[in-house]
Amino acid sequence: MVNEVAVISGKGGTGKTTICAALGMIADEIVMADCDVDAPDLHILLSPTIKSTTAFVASKMAVIDEDLCTSCGLCEEACRFDAITDSKVDSIACEGCGVCEFVCPEHAIQMTDHQSGNLYESDTRVGRMAHAKLLPGEGNSGRLVTEVRKLATRIATENGLSTVLIDGSPGIGCPVIATVTGIKLGIIVTEPTMSGIHDMQRVLELLKRFRVKAMVIINKFDLNLENTEAIERYCAENDAEVLGRIKFDSIMTQSMVAAQTLPEFAPDHEISQLLQAFWCRVTESLSSHDTEEHHTMH
Amino acid sequence: MIITVASGKGGTGKTTVAVNLALSIGSTNLLDCDVEEPNVHTLLLPTNLQTSSVTVPTPSVDQGKCTLCGKCAEFCQFNAIFVGKTKTMIYNEMCHSCGGCKLVCPEDAINEVERPIGRIHQSSIGDTRLVYGELSIGEPIATTLIKRVKDQVKPNAINILDAPPGTACPVIETMRDSDFLVLVTEPTPFGLHDLSMAVDVVKELNIPFGVIINRAGIGDEGVTEYCRKNDIQILMEIPFNRTIAELYSRGIPFIQEMPEWRNRFNDLFVRITELVKNGE
Repeated sequence: MVNEVAVISGKGGTGKTTICAALGMIADEIVMADCDVDAPDLHILLSPTIKSTTAFVASKMAVIDEDLCTSCGLCEEACRFDAITDSKVDSIACEGCGVCEFVCPEHAIQMTDHQSGNLYESDTRVGRMAHAKLLPGEGNSGRLVTEVRKLATRIATENGLSTVLIDGSPGIGCPVIATVTGIKLGIIVTEPTMSGIHDMQRVLELLKRFRVKAMVIINKFDLNLENTEAIERYCAENDAEVLGRIKFDSIMTQSMVAAQTLPEFAPDHEISQLLQAFWCRVTESLSSHDTEEHHTMH
Repeated sequence: MIITVASGKGGTGKTTVAVNLALSIGSTNLLDCDVEEPNVHTLLLPTNLQTSSVTVPTPSVDQGKCTLCGKCAEFCQFNAIFVGKTKTMIYNEMCHSCGGCKLVCPEDAINEVERPIGRIHQSSIGDTRLVYGELSIGEPIATTLIKRVKDQVKPNAINILDAPPGTACPVIETMRDSDFLVLVTEPTPFGLHDLSMAVDVVKELNIPFGVIINRAGIGDEGVTEYCRKNDIQILMEIPFNRTIAELYSRGIPFIQEMPEWRNRFNDLFVRITELVKNGE
């Protein structure tokens, strides 16, 4: 049984990727998965060597045959995505639903396979990694996220590794829902700002909705102690364990600039030690979770 | 005029720039298009919200008329319909509201009903008009709600749009029809990587743009070098400053405590106006 753990945040820029990469360096028996397929950054810290690339083709796009088209305008009228103007398809707006093909009386429209990204299987210093990249302006990020998770879980299963550590994307929409559906644990990285709190509350509610256990890390806690305490109170009231506080420290940016994970860049730094303790707590929680499930099974 | 503030990477300071720019110019229409995690209202603290619900057409199956032929499920590109042995089921969250299932159903058993996916709030804070969307939790598709927020663009006013992070469909939906894009980044490897992706998208959309470097001084020279090499204008640099970060944490737009920045944001607006004019 592979445990999937995702680092998410709601709000962007709270330190998800930096913390996720550091935890990956600390953890043993791990497969990394970058599910921020829209703006992946984990590879900057882990410099993966790509072993295989697969084109991600999950959607269709309308193509109009100009010779057959009589410019009757029925397709334009039927398209709910405003993707057809003057018998021309806007490839960015087209969602590949096929309604235009269905309504065209001249059979002038064909739905064709459309590549919206690439999926990669790689080796890194911390272990194997599954990642992907959506092509600029593409949709379908949810399905690509699902593919990354499937690949990571397969690698873990084949190699007898217990955990997949996922770097998630900001927000609460389609890619985040695809990231957290059915995972074991969500680690929310938040910051003590009004927007950080607001966004954490929404993503926490999302985890609750999908029955995923939540843990919280408060990054840059010393920016606003009052807000940090408010977050801790909120978490206590909402069944989310606070793993701990990380102070604002330029070492985080310095390690990023050096393209290293924090435990590599500054192994003795107090934040590296702290993250080590967080991960211990995470694995402890995962194994107690396993036992609980074991009990219910009997 | 529509000025959209965007960035590839999250948390670079889009909302900070959008709010401080809007307040400095005065009498603007400020639209928060980050409907998954809207944050402008955490800085403006609007009261007297006017709220309306946003719905999308979603299929509803008349099980009495349905013969379980499966044509709807076969047509649906989004796996939103499952035809079982006794019943046809719709997975609302997967549905893109294309209307195809209703069109292909030979028994006329599918109707569309309006289903709420989020809300739009409007308020006035001084001379700033704020509009923001709020996607309901568990709803995956943000684009429809973004379109409804953008319906509140006023053609003759100065419209400032705060975009969601990333480069995928919600971002494109926000950027469309903009006269100018401000890409906010930070001088770090993550900031540079995500900026370059955002630039690729913007070039495809063919909209004039410039870059603001926020937290200048915290990282390296990568972003500056990238902009120089690619002939991209750096419109403004906001230095890393603990006071700005602390003000943000308390929900205070920093121009209110650091009034000298008001002029800089006004100069920025003048420059953007010139760039838009020259582009035409």
